[in-house]
Amino acid sequence: MTPKPQRQLTRAQRTTVVTGVLCFVLILVVLQLWLLTATMNAYLGGDDGAVWPALGASVVCLMLNLGLLRYLMKR
Amino acid sequence: MPDDPQSRFEEDQQLDPRIDSPAREGLTGTARSDVYEPTRDPEEVTVGPDHRPMAEQPRWRRDFATDWPEDHFVARRDFAKFLVLTSGAFVAGQVWIAANSLLRKQRSAPARQKIGSLSALPPGSATMFAYPTDRDPCLLIRTRDGKLLAYSQKCTHLSCAVVPKLDEGILHCPCHEGVFDLASGRNIAGPPPRPLPAIELEVVGDDIFAIGVKERTV
Repeated sequence: MTPKPQRQLTRAQRTTVVTGVLCFVLILVVLQLWLLTATMNAYLGGDDGAVWPALGASVVCLMLNLGLLRYLMKR
Repeated sequence: MPDDPQSRFEEDQQLDPRIDSPAREGLTGTARSDVYEPTRDPEEVTVGPDHRPMAEQPRWRRDFATDWPEDHFVARRDFAKFLVLTSGAFVAGQVWIAANSLLRKQRSAPARQKIGSLSALPPGSATMFAYPTDRDPCLLIRTRDGKLLAYSQKCTHLSCAVVPKLDEGILHCPCHEGVFDLASGRNIAGPPPRPLPAIELEVVGDDIFAIGVKERTV
């Protein structure tokens, strides 16, 4: 199967794509910030139950961000 | 079919009727998309010194764009890179918390320690002690009705020393006006996000012992 040729986007289209990706990344980073503060608060309050699920969720967010960045760098 | 230039041209322009043919790229028009010359982006004003298109220019020239639209694109892309780096830093923070959580589980419970005596602490007074280590200042309070209370003295906001105000029934943090309830140690006003850690006490005769620390989130 031959790879599908990638369409060359204009500058304005690329800027729209990068702005959209930026919005997704920003939402994920804000989610991670909330996770970090909530986990730190729970940890300092003696509650270790949230530590590992929060770490997993944060890693998932990072993977999504890396995927979006990889998509962006191909453009 | 006659073999003349016009016929050859028309044969070249024949449209593949399949909707998913690579040349159509979603077009439903009358000609294949690759018969057109690539259009020049009207916003692409700057031309490289060697007159090659910007896509073929060296990386540094594309990253330090001259035209505003390209500069906006590069700025947004670099901001996205910075955000992903921040995302990695947050994961590093989570890993640090998880590592500390594991270490805390391996630590043994704080030892029983004598912190004062009832005779030295009349009702309606407070004193300081350190528990479980010398770097953990705490408050031992005896209310007017004789009840013994002990809390960590570090405010849960930014670790300033809280001050007991027995008449008002509160513990006050003067740094950012945080207020804790004296009877329970719960945060009731200001920026502190958690109650003060409570020190568990045991009274044997006249002696007061600290036997543990109870950290709380609510």
